[in-house]
Amino acid sequence: MRAFATLVDRLTYTRSRNAKLDLIADYLRTTPDPDRGWALAALTGALDFPAVKSSTIRNLLTERVDPVLYTLSRDYVGDTAETASLLWPAPEGEAPTDEPSLSEVVDLLRAMTRGSVMTELPKLLDRLDADGRYALLKFATGAMRIGVSARLARVAFAQSFDVPVDEVEEYWHGVEPPYPTLFAWAADGAEPPRTDLVPLFRPFMLAHPLDETVVTMDDYAAEWKWDGIRVQLVHVNGETRVYSRSGDDISATFPEMAEALDFPAVLDGELLVRGAHQGGPKNEKTQGGAASFNALQQRLGRKTVSKKMLKEAPAFIRLYDVLLRDGEDLRELGWAQRREHLELLMDRLDPERFDLSRLIEAGSFEDLAAIREGARDDAIEGVMLKRRDSPYIAGRKVGLWYKWKRDPLLIDCVLMYAQRGSGKRSSFYSDFTFGCWDGDPDKGAELLPVGKAYFGFTDDELKWLDRHVRQNTINRFGPVRETDKSLVLEVAFDSVHESKRHKSGLAMRFPRINRIRQDKPAHEADRIESLKALVRD
Amino acid sequence: MPIKPAPDFSWLKPDPHGIFVEPCNAWIDPSKPVETALVTHGHADHARGGHGAVFATRETLAIMNLRYGGAGREVTVPMREPVELGCGVTATYFPAGHVLGSAQILLEHAGERVVVTGDYKRRPDPTCEPFEVVPCDIFITEATFGLPVFKHPPIAGEMRKLLDAREQRPEGCVAVGAYALGKAQRVICELRRAGYHDPIYLHGALEKMCGLYEELGVPLGELRSATGIRKDELKGEIVLCPPSALNDRWSRRLPDPVTAMASGWMRVRQRARQRNVELPLVISDHCDWDELTQTIREVDPAETWVTHGREEALLRWCQLNQRRARALAMVGYEDEDD
Repeated sequence: MRAFATLVDRLTYTRSRNAKLDLIADYLRTTPDPDRGWALAALTGALDFPAVKSSTIRNLLTERVDPVLYTLSRDYVGDTAETASLLWPAPEGEAPTDEPSLSEVVDLLRAMTRGSVMTELPKLLDRLDADGRYALLKFATGAMRIGVSARLARVAFAQSFDVPVDEVEEYWHGVEPPYPTLFAWAADGAEPPRTDLVPLFRPFMLAHPLDETVVTMDDYAAEWKWDGIRVQLVHVNGETRVYSRSGDDISATFPEMAEALDFPAVLDGELLVRGAHQGGPKNEKTQGGAASFNALQQRLGRKTVSKKMLKEAPAFIRLYDVLLRDGEDLRELGWAQRREHLELLMDRLDPERFDLSRLIEAGSFEDLAAIREGARDDAIEGVMLKRRDSPYIAGRKVGLWYKWKRDPLLIDCVLMYAQRGSGKRSSFYSDFTFGCWDGDPDKGAELLPVGKAYFGFTDDELKWLDRHVRQNTINRFGPVRETDKSLVLEVAFDSVHESKRHKSGLAMRFPRINRIRQDKPAHEADRIESLKALVRD
Repeated sequence: MPIKPAPDFSWLKPDPHGIFVEPCNAWIDPSKPVETALVTHGHADHARGGHGAVFATRETLAIMNLRYGGAGREVTVPMREPVELGCGVTATYFPAGHVLGSAQILLEHAGERVVVTGDYKRRPDPTCEPFEVVPCDIFITEATFGLPVFKHPPIAGEMRKLLDAREQRPEGCVAVGAYALGKAQRVICELRRAGYHDPIYLHGALEKMCGLYEELGVPLGELRSATGIRKDELKGEIVLCPPSALNDRWSRRLPDPVTAMASGWMRVRQRARQRNVELPLVISDHCDWDELTQTIREVDPAETWVTHGREEALLRWCQLNQRRARALAMVGYEDEDD
């Protein structure tokens, strides 16, 4: 527990992403199993001890400390676990001597029930000092909030043992804490964890913005960029899962999709709900048949979904690609060959739940530009360009896939700070400062603020954002909260200019929150250079 | 325990700008210019310029002279020697243990005794005389760290952290943010006590005050200016600066610094993070919660008045312990940099 508490403490005070990666990597290298596995689980938010809640900690404290003094302290400190770690009355005598190991802590926490927690948790707290208590309570409530995302922890894992992060991502969903097979593979060169028995997430292939690039249509195929959420549908061993962009399992949110695939395959596509907003009603010419993103958003983030919702906003997937089929890995094939496989698959799929993303017929790049301009439909995001011979490669590789978004200018930023509004918004965090990466976020880039927006969202979205800010605050500066930089916001703006007043060197005109991108992980937000490329001074 | 009867004390008027001693027309630590000021110690929020006459200890007057230049009439008040202020009011200064020259002021009038602490602490501090318990009817205390979450650890452990950080970084340096008056000199003295006798480098804003401390008899060992020297020369060194300089352009001159801060606020993680501190050193020149409550018990006044800080919690403690107390809602006393 000492090593873990020290790690938590140092991560708390470390600002640089590289330094955080080094700290975690060092810890994972030097800590024995299974402690390091539990620590990794804690850092990736994979742990939950149902008996220990924030309210449990509050109750324990107010049994021991005057409730008024507890509340004043909690208000000042701003964090229940930290308040408790500082207020906990240390047992008489010397510093604790029988400090538990992290795995002993896990065993004890797992054994606790709602009935026993009020007597067992205090015994554990008595065996630790203030830093240990803080780490324990953060660990037990599963809310570390020390500025480390699950992705960062996995990157640190890869760095620690010098293994490719994409492979870590691929195995990640098939292993459980404390991840013995994952450590055996990465640290000791054992066989990798088996991936053929569970429906695993495969990291997505992603596109670069086209910017000034011009391509020839002989080499590239074009598709519409539909405005839904990118998903991966995986069926293995009789089980189907729906994964979001960030690799979260969202099968429970879209049960109709989880039921719609009954043979072994990994499919890549855009999840949409039925409607007529994008490209009009379902038709031959523009394909159409999809509702607005807003309609889809009503269904996002739900753990269960009502029958009414399933009926009124049924989901379907517009397929872009096939990665695996009937046990065969197609990822090495060129896009054109995979597309043939995909077309052949359509007969085996329910047309209510699947359609094929239509290719845009364009003889030349100029034709494509004209078609894109002509698409007056607000809802279609733009076009995608895919190199016909490109294999399916995880991540964003230059020259293979391009996204060519339509106006207005849009950029994906990460929420950094929020400030309460005034007037009728006085109780809401409604002024948002967001940033872009100043380089490759997996290679130590930092976020730099690029703008501030306080409109563009609906009232419901504002409520959601306000709750997000309150639940993900890592710092307070007077009226401003710093968030954990996990949320991607798609920001629309009219133009961007160079500015000496901002650290990023850029200032946006009329930025507004265009959309909340719950589906997109923060490290995939745009970089400063993408924004800079839009400067038209 | 029965509550003692409420004292009268109509001659003493708490005001948002200070405590007014009506019979002799004098103010204690006023935040606006007045004719007669009784000053507890040299921190800027207690000792301001522009008064007609200032009653203070020799050291506090020297500090005020350094900061504001000589102004008005100076009356040196020796510790523990009563001074007649006229109209039957006597003031006696006692050590407060806060910074060099810091005093509590005992006021006596018509057989009633009031102690105004200014700021104070109970921990040993090699740069100043220790706090003395002065029995009184009304005890006017600060409550800067008046929340039970504040428990200052022994300073030796904090010095160990600082020295370890320095050793771990031969190619960098440790930049310690410390309040220019008191905290900086205490950190230097404690480093010396911990066996560190290398030169310590100073931000320009600390140099004069350290010089004054030495003149007043507090040896600080070898100090060097961090101004105008090559970056390389600071490798492996400890550099002290005011907290505001840590995130300022000034710090660009330092070779790969670890940002440390010596302050009681460092006990709370989020406060340390707010200041971008990487190495929090919990070192305070104020009482922690246990010391505040212990002091009230020892002084055992009929009534406790709380000037500034987290007064709500201290009042609650007094209530829970059947002690009469009130908050004075003073303005202008700051606690950001301790």
